[in-house]
Amino acid sequence: MIGLKIIKRKPLPRWAKIIIPLCAILATLILSAIPILIARGNLWKSYYYLFYGALGTRYNLLETFVKASPLIFTGLAVAFAFRAKFWNIGAEGQLLAGALMATWVGINFTGIPKFFLLPIVIISGFIAGGIWASIPAILKTKLKVDDVVSTLLLNYVMIHIMGTLLFGPLQQPGSSWPRSSGILEAARYPMLLARSRFHLGIPLAFLAVLIIWFINNKTIFGYQSKAVGVNIKAAHFGGINTTSVILKTALISGGLAGLAGVGELCAIHYHLLMDISPGYGYSGIVIAMLGNLHPIGVLFASFFFSIVLVGAHTMSRMTGVPTYIAEVIQGMALIIMLIFLLLTEYKIRVVRK
Amino acid sequence: MANNKKPIIEMRSIVKRFLDVTANRNINFTLFPGEICALLGENGAGKTTLMNILFGYYSCDEGEIYIKGEKVKLSSPKDAISRGVGMIHQHFTLVPSQTVLENIIIGMDDEKGIFLDLKSARVKLLRLQERFGLKIDPEAKVWTLSIGEKQKVEILKALYRDVDILIMDEPTAVLAPSETEELFKTLKSLVREGKSVIFISHKLNEVMEISDRIIVLRNGEVMAEKKTSETNTKELANLMVGRDILERVKRKKVSLGKPVLEVNELTVLNDKGLKAVKKVNLVVRENEIVGIAGVSGNGQRELSEVLFGLREPVEGTIKINGKLLRTGSPITAIKMRIGRVPEDRIETGLMMDLSVEENMILENHISPNFHNKGLINFRNIHHFSDVLIEEYNIKTAGRNAVTKSLSGGNLQKLILSRELDGKPNLVVASQPTRGLDVGAMEYIHQRILKEKERGAAVILISEDLDEIFTISDRIMVMYEGEVMGDISIEKASREQIGLLMSGVKK
Repeated sequence: MIGLKIIKRKPLPRWAKIIIPLCAILATLILSAIPILIARGNLWKSYYYLFYGALGTRYNLLETFVKASPLIFTGLAVAFAFRAKFWNIGAEGQLLAGALMATWVGINFTGIPKFFLLPIVIISGFIAGGIWASIPAILKTKLKVDDVVSTLLLNYVMIHIMGTLLFGPLQQPGSSWPRSSGILEAARYPMLLARSRFHLGIPLAFLAVLIIWFINNKTIFGYQSKAVGVNIKAAHFGGINTTSVILKTALISGGLAGLAGVGELCAIHYHLLMDISPGYGYSGIVIAMLGNLHPIGVLFASFFFSIVLVGAHTMSRMTGVPTYIAEVIQGMALIIMLIFLLLTEYKIRVVRK
Repeated sequence: MANNKKPIIEMRSIVKRFLDVTANRNINFTLFPGEICALLGENGAGKTTLMNILFGYYSCDEGEIYIKGEKVKLSSPKDAISRGVGMIHQHFTLVPSQTVLENIIIGMDDEKGIFLDLKSARVKLLRLQERFGLKIDPEAKVWTLSIGEKQKVEILKALYRDVDILIMDEPTAVLAPSETEELFKTLKSLVREGKSVIFISHKLNEVMEISDRIIVLRNGEVMAEKKTSETNTKELANLMVGRDILERVKRKKVSLGKPVLEVNELTVLNDKGLKAVKKVNLVVRENEIVGIAGVSGNGQRELSEVLFGLREPVEGTIKINGKLLRTGSPITAIKMRIGRVPEDRIETGLMMDLSVEENMILENHISPNFHNKGLINFRNIHHFSDVLIEEYNIKTAGRNAVTKSLSGGNLQKLILSRELDGKPNLVVASQPTRGLDVGAMEYIHQRILKEKERGAAVILISEDLDEIFTISDRIMVMYEGEVMGDISIEKASREQIGLLMSGVKK
């Protein structure tokens, strides 16, 4: 008889951390051939248009950046929280909280020049997301409520709060749709490149990557949150105020997700809509894992995702493969990355009995 | 006597490698029916690995195993049990909420249908108990049993599966002296009834007392095989460590200073909300090591956790140098300069996935020396950790090496370096050398003695009487939450301490 045995392996060298996500992406693309073939797409043509559609023209390339921006924010949000083992599955709700707050400020703070209003909108969105994330953090630290469950369920709470407001006080007068009035001109993100939607949120996302990298690697707080993530018992024993670290981590994490919402509102839609996020918060979880919880990794993983999202449209038009393939590829990427991460810690041996 | 019989177990040229460590090299091992054979060696000598191979936990890389003359390939403990080999580990595998009988039949495949045949199981168990003289109530819930009784349940569990060969992995490590005696009686009755026993230990006296034959392992190799009647502890010690360990750690005579730690009427609850420490009073002075002996589970953990700042007492006070200690806060404990060596160094003491350096700065990472307005000062941290690695002779690839790559002894040195660097007023060391080899143990003892000579007050909590007698100035015993005795080292005898440990007051 032949059986499988799972054995712990030696820690892998540093370069493996870079190679493994790349291999995971490669494996994802190879395995994605199966659904493409099932959808009767021509394989080479499909992949060609997938990448051409995302990178081939100036407009498409800039669109890929536009799509990457919210993904970078939610990916960073999740990665930053996971690093401290605060299992924030709630980036979606925090994104909506940020968008909701930005909507309220963006509609009501009239008469303030753009130079001041925009920072207020951004900061208020950040704070709203952060507060929404700090609720499960308080529940976790004070009452030991499981954070996976509470962050996830709070997503639905936020969706319903938003629905209530969009069908009520926030609804655009005269509209029968659940959408808010448009935000003030002064609250909109400036467009940075002509003939495109390349907006302020994109450099902000890059800046966020840099700041999170800096916090993680250069600050005492980054050290503390890593210590809490690695062994909370030892961190507590060593005199780290773990409650405060988890709370601050949640604030920053939720704030980053909130900024994704602010960007979608102030640069793309200008009105708050029920479907302002096509699940960016959930994609953030996959991106964080794919990026190995490292901010630079998150940056690359976000671009992989936005390439697939943007390119899938062109691919669909040219080959008839439905755009749903983008979601299939995303899901596959997560599963393959998780398997690969498992294989970095364990190896599987075939044993004959 | 055994040599004219056919061996019941033969292991030939066993080789086992783990990654780049060879745990067993070319080991030959035989066991004869009706004997107690001791496997003697330091931690890491390869005893447990060899026995785990015999018990089917590991497969060997090279070599052959014969059981009752038949060549076998064991791929799981189940295989081993079906061939009559049972093993009892240091840590028991019992379900606390179930009865003795239920624990014994757990996992047996011979149940008929979906129903348990408790009645006939009970009859079989009682017969076994009578035959081997193992008295225990089959209906008692396991959590109500003492450690010695739990061990009996494990032995019965093996006997119930009709094993002929019983491997005991350091069975006395968790027992009080009186329980050890009881165990030895049991083992002798097993052998009388024709079973064979392999007794794994690193304790020389025990091995001399219980075994018929001794095999000494060192660094994964067999150093010698001796008949117990033809050897002595001194020779065995030399074989075991390759040098004379009986020479004791040297200690200087230092006169005592003022009281550093004053514990007054301290009462502490354990996790279950029961009183684990009961109205304990304790004073430790400068230049003094107070050893607290006792079988674990008698409140030592809770007492140490209060001193570590991890647990709040329900009653009583603690003073350090006359100042009241605010309990329940590790930060305060650090500020009051308590050097804390926790019993579970991996779970509480260290962050195994971080670097050596990151563990070294844990307790004073917020000192202004290590950061400037929240920005880490890497240069000072690197310097700090390089100095500690050098000073404490920590064997590691460097300050950036991941902590889990260190050996047990070096992990403990890492904790010591962190805890002692701030020149603590009080050192609380809980089981500081558990699981360490003799070399590391000696180093740690010397280091603790050095702290005492510097002027620190030291509490040494340990189950290891050798350790307690080696470095303490005063010995106390903790039993069921109470601290008893208080005997200076000159007047203390092992018998007396042993009696106190098993709850017999004078």
